[in-house]
Amino acid sequence: MTAAPDHTPTMSRAGLAERLGPYIPVLLIPAIMAFGLIFIPSMSSWLTLTVSGLAMGMMIFIMASGMTLVFGLMDVINFGHGVFISVGAFVGISILLVLGHMTEAPSLALNLAAILAAVLAAMAATGVLGWAFERVIVKPVYGAHLKQILVTMGGLIVVEQLIIVLWGPEEIYILRPEALRGAITFAGAAMEKYRLLAVGIGAVLFLVMRYTLRRTKIGLIVRAGVENGEMVEALGYRLRLVFVGVFIAGSALAGLGGVMWGLYQEVITAHMGQQIMILIFIVVIIGGLGSVEGCFIGALLVGLLQNYIAFLEPKLALISNIGLMVAILMWRPQGMIPVVKAK
Amino acid sequence: MIVKLLSGDTPRSPVLAVILLAILVALAFAPFLFPGVRSVDTAARICIFIVLVASYDLMLGYGGIVSFAHTMFFGMGAYGVALASTHMGRGFDAVAVGALSGALLAAAIAFLIGLFSLRVRAIFFAMITLAVASAVAVLVSQLSGLTGGEDGLSFQTPRALTPAFRFGDELFGVRLNGRLLAYYLIFGVSLILFLLMLRVVNSPFGRVLQAIRENDFRAEAIGYRVVGYRVTVTCLSAFIAALAGALYAIWLRYVGPDTVLSFDIMVDILLMVVIGGMGTMYGAVIGAALLVLAQNYLQALMGMAAGAVAGLPVLPELMNADRWLLWLGVLFVLSIYFFPTGIVGRLRQRRQGRAAQGR
Repeated sequence: MTAAPDHTPTMSRAGLAERLGPYIPVLLIPAIMAFGLIFIPSMSSWLTLTVSGLAMGMMIFIMASGMTLVFGLMDVINFGHGVFISVGAFVGISILLVLGHMTEAPSLALNLAAILAAVLAAMAATGVLGWAFERVIVKPVYGAHLKQILVTMGGLIVVEQLIIVLWGPEEIYILRPEALRGAITFAGAAMEKYRLLAVGIGAVLFLVMRYTLRRTKIGLIVRAGVENGEMVEALGYRLRLVFVGVFIAGSALAGLGGVMWGLYQEVITAHMGQQIMILIFIVVIIGGLGSVEGCFIGALLVGLLQNYIAFLEPKLALISNIGLMVAILMWRPQGMIPVVKAK
Repeated sequence: MIVKLLSGDTPRSPVLAVILLAILVALAFAPFLFPGVRSVDTAARICIFIVLVASYDLMLGYGGIVSFAHTMFFGMGAYGVALASTHMGRGFDAVAVGALSGALLAAAIAFLIGLFSLRVRAIFFAMITLAVASAVAVLVSQLSGLTGGEDGLSFQTPRALTPAFRFGDELFGVRLNGRLLAYYLIFGVSLILFLLMLRVVNSPFGRVLQAIRENDFRAEAIGYRVVGYRVTVTCLSAFIAALAGALYAIWLRYVGPDTVLSFDIMVDILLMVVIGGMGTMYGAVIGAALLVLAQNYLQALMGMAAGAVAGLPVLPELMNADRWLLWLGVLFVLSIYFFPTGIVGRLRQRRQGRAAQGR
């Protein structure tokens, strides 16, 4: 018997670029921050801009996450998503105006309680509206993209006009609660308290969402549904119910985002949802339709880039987002983190 | 002869034929049949919107592509004429240069957007056009040095098209002035563009587009380059929309973000296409005529309704003349559900149903 020939197997190591590939989208965020650091002359203004960019990105993420999940799960493209933002903002801000004594008080606890009440009311209202919207507008047109786009756009117009009927056509101005006005100074940079709060809320929400999607059973069903809906149904899960749930949750999140955006801008109009929708579309496209992580990264990129460019060259800020989108689509035509569909 | 002029695509329904003929006659003799500044203005708007809506239908009804940038293309033509007339002085050469350069720019931008989005997924196109159109609208109102910003631009059209130009006395009680010429210029160009589009959709190219709309995967399998066809129809549609915008600018002698770029016009176009009937050029005619008339006269009607229910809660607010968009939106959603083929589709269907029964 001859001995087996000597043989030492070696794994061929993937090249650096190949190993880095999946992380490039994540790495883009520090890359953009570094870009800002190089071009923005003073450290303190860079810090201020970064915080406001992150705040803006987090708010956009909150509003966009529902839409991207709804698309991933059921292939439903909801052009009326923006209306939940407007409705959320109007309901929330109305509550805040009613609770004027609480928002005017200098105590942080009372202020936060008022905001919490407003947010809960807004989320409840937009959740119910989302349920109705799904029932009346979206359900009859499953599977037909063209009709979905047209019908949801029609729904957007109708609800927007109803807001004007109920609240009047004028814009509503609102002041932030007492304890959240002004800024704190850190390392010479002024950072608005409200923006820090927005960053905090956004980060917590992202982590909660990620946890839900990755670690819980319902998250497992949702992720499986995104990948292969028919299979999940064949295994006995009622994907329709899951979808309605996700739609409602997404609408409620849009309502939350609406309240936060309203307090950020300190003015709300019935058309605000439609205006933000444009940013949301850009974020959802560059993130990869259906991907929550991609949406998060895309939102932060858009927020940071817009703030940096607005500081460096205000006229360019208008088209910076479009430029970002074009660049990313040239690099990855399906978006940064394309959703794999098993078909 | 007539069949040939219509590229073999006859109305195929007697009711439809009568309605179309009535619209054609009314538009052709509008200044004589309905004298008065307001009604001629309405007729001119109908002509222009027929072209605009038909060009949109080329994309939506035949190509199966949803675009929200059609007003942007429309505005490019309008601003092209306005800028050329301001900088080159009044004259037909300025109008021609402006209209052509606006239309070419529109086609070029449509080409770029199409290449970026249609390559991947047709729905990307809807989102990207929405984003680009809003960016352009903001840009136009910001670059006030060039475009006049929110105030827009007033400019002079060639002298032969102004009310001051007289070429005769009166004919059937209508003054023969440049305004009449301007109307017939718009009517003539609109008619030619419309017949041209009818020709396009009934050509082999149009057939392939319809095949792609019905089943793009299959069309690709048969061997047609789906992306190429889609991009081509997008460019063509943008080009014609820009020409319609140029006509609008000639008629109004003014351009501004609200009149040629606002999202409301986009909503109007969508309504006209859907109500008239997607995928038929004649739908554009009926939709545009109906909606423009409704817009001009519906608001007065709603004002009356609001007066009738005054005193009741909420209802007067719902009937407020400013809220007509609400009712149009409801109509829009309902018509997508219940009349996806629009008025023209319904009329043709009825005829076919009857023919089937008679057999």
